[in-house]
Amino acid sequence: MTATTTMPLGRALNAGLRAALAADDHVLLMGEDIGRLGGVFRVTEGLQAEFGDRRVLDTPLAESGIVGTAIGLAMAGFRPVIEIQFDGFVFPAFDQITTQLAKLTNRYEGALQMPVVIRIPYGGHIGAVEHHQESPEAYFAHTPGLRVVAPSTANDAYWMIQDAIASPDPVIFLEPKAKYWAKGEVDMSARAVPLHSSRVVRRGTDVTLVGHGAMVTALLQAAAIAEGEGTSCEVIDLRSLSPVDYAPILDSVRRTGRMVYAQEAPGFASVGSEVAATVMERAFYALEAPVLRVSGFDVPFPPAKLEGVYLPDADRILEAVDRVLAH
Amino acid sequence: MTLPDDPALVRVLAADGSFAPSPAAEPYLEVIDALADADLEQFYRDMAVSRAFDRQATNLQRQGQLALWPPSFGQEAAQVGSARAARGQDHIFPSYREHVVCTIRGVDPVDIIRMMRGLTHGGWDPADPANGNTRPYTLVLGSHTLHATGFGMGLVFDGRTATGDAAVDEAVMVYYGDGASSQGDVHEAMVFAASYRVPQVFFLQNNQWAISVPVATQSRTPLHLRAAGYMPSVLVDGNDVLASYAVTKVALDEARSGAGPRAIEAMTYRMGAHTTSDDPTKYRTSDEEEGWSARDPLVRMRAFLTARGASEALFADVDAEAEALADDVRTRTNALGTIPAESMFAHVYSDPHPLVTEQRAWLAAYEASFEEGAS
Repeated sequence: MTATTTMPLGRALNAGLRAALAADDHVLLMGEDIGRLGGVFRVTEGLQAEFGDRRVLDTPLAESGIVGTAIGLAMAGFRPVIEIQFDGFVFPAFDQITTQLAKLTNRYEGALQMPVVIRIPYGGHIGAVEHHQESPEAYFAHTPGLRVVAPSTANDAYWMIQDAIASPDPVIFLEPKAKYWAKGEVDMSARAVPLHSSRVVRRGTDVTLVGHGAMVTALLQAAAIAEGEGTSCEVIDLRSLSPVDYAPILDSVRRTGRMVYAQEAPGFASVGSEVAATVMERAFYALEAPVLRVSGFDVPFPPAKLEGVYLPDADRILEAVDRVLAH
Repeated sequence: MTLPDDPALVRVLAADGSFAPSPAAEPYLEVIDALADADLEQFYRDMAVSRAFDRQATNLQRQGQLALWPPSFGQEAAQVGSARAARGQDHIFPSYREHVVCTIRGVDPVDIIRMMRGLTHGGWDPADPANGNTRPYTLVLGSHTLHATGFGMGLVFDGRTATGDAAVDEAVMVYYGDGASSQGDVHEAMVFAASYRVPQVFFLQNNQWAISVPVATQSRTPLHLRAAGYMPSVLVDGNDVLASYAVTKVALDEARSGAGPRAIEAMTYRMGAHTTSDDPTKYRTSDEEEGWSARDPLVRMRAFLTARGASEALFADVDAEAEALADDVRTRTNALGTIPAESMFAHVYSDPHPLVTEQRAWLAAYEASFEEGAS
């Protein structure tokens, strides 16, 4: 029997969570509507029935309370995995995440580990109302003490959630909700790469395209179109937003001399800005053109009828590719 | 706002030290009757010694040895009574003025000093048995109430409480104040604690002032009544060490029995400043301060012990111990060195993080470059 199975990203997360719950009886899932309902995106479907309501907790509706009590549970030897229902609802917990969760190991001078995972369905493409389509990753990547990752494929989702739960540090786990239903091959026999690595997902020679989450799909679409026009694009999935694994990016840029970063978040003070600045510092003489960012605009995420205008797509990425090639 | 003559108030010792239980104190008298003379003397000793430590720390700050000191002056009875009521297996989550509680639980006073001197953000490891399961301070008001609740949820899930054996069943006690009582986290902690029947006591020291803002601004309802939406609560005279002990002992034992969380409001007074950076003369009157001085918890307990026949030798011995501790704290504080620059990188993460590793190496090389230049 082969260990490779095809499943949607959301189901791969479910399988990864099940494996973690089965492997360690101090792994707990906590969140709003994650038990009986299985979560609004059904990522935890069936897990409360399988592991019981002491392992999969339908919590009171209070995000700061969920993160704050998860911190206390971690102090008592548990490994809580929290689901924040939507990206825009993480902010009531922002204080607990940034002033407590991120700093406790430092405050305790290493005498305390904080193995807490905060799963956040994030990003647009689902036509939802305000607070349901945001990309808050920069706040967390900017916070010392946190690790931030974002899988974009089913296989990564399956392995990265287990690696995040195994981490002794707090991990912000961003789930691109646009990809929950995208099917992919999952190899349950072994992980492909470590949690905090970026990965080349398409080889190319003319322009390096980098991004995270659902934007990886847009980058691959752009690369396919560009190929038809005679331009060879290399595509890199960042996967880990903190720490960033720069080696594959720098290696690629040293070959192509050109780079475009794509992200849904507003561009100002963003993860793409940080990667662009670092590439400029470390590969300046290899660059033939300025590194460009293709981002959401620096406005609140617009009403759903405008999300197609707001969100970067293959066309906007290709417009940037044309500009870096013009140099 | 709670008035000192609230009929719900549990008080055993009147301000003059006479044994005069209030009607609300009736259910607690057997707990107090069970105390031996040695316990009563220990309560007084704790209060006097910790007041001497607090005064010494304030002086050290005034002399430039500490960045800041938040005095516990005036709140000794609430802290001694509650801390002495906790059992060894209980877990204590202090805010940042619980010097009396922490030292009773075993924390070295100089570890508290190290934090206020700018040598650490924590100071001690609660996993070290010497520290009596006492957590380091939390400076964001109310945040730690949720940590205490989550820890208590862990006790429930692991079956470490409510077995029916009070000698081993564990409970948590969290300290906070009248200012913090307005924080959403405190209310969320009460929601979770009630929902999961957490063995937790919420110990509120109402010291009347959140820096310069009076308690009436925090609540027009007596704070102990707020808890009714979540759990049973009791109002106690926080300047009465015996009453503070009794209500806390009962509340902790109820909580550990599986009955769910309990709340206590201890009416007390911050006789000193909020911190050494504060100037209370700008917001409160000397009349008010003098009124509360007349209810000084140490004076009250000393009068009670004296009336029971305690000898002058006891008080002389306590004074000597207090002075010795204060001297020891001063000596050891003055001997505290500094910390290496690289320590700021050491515990940001438990697993190595490339950015931190890189910056640590960069700083070391940068500093070494000056040494080379000097040679």
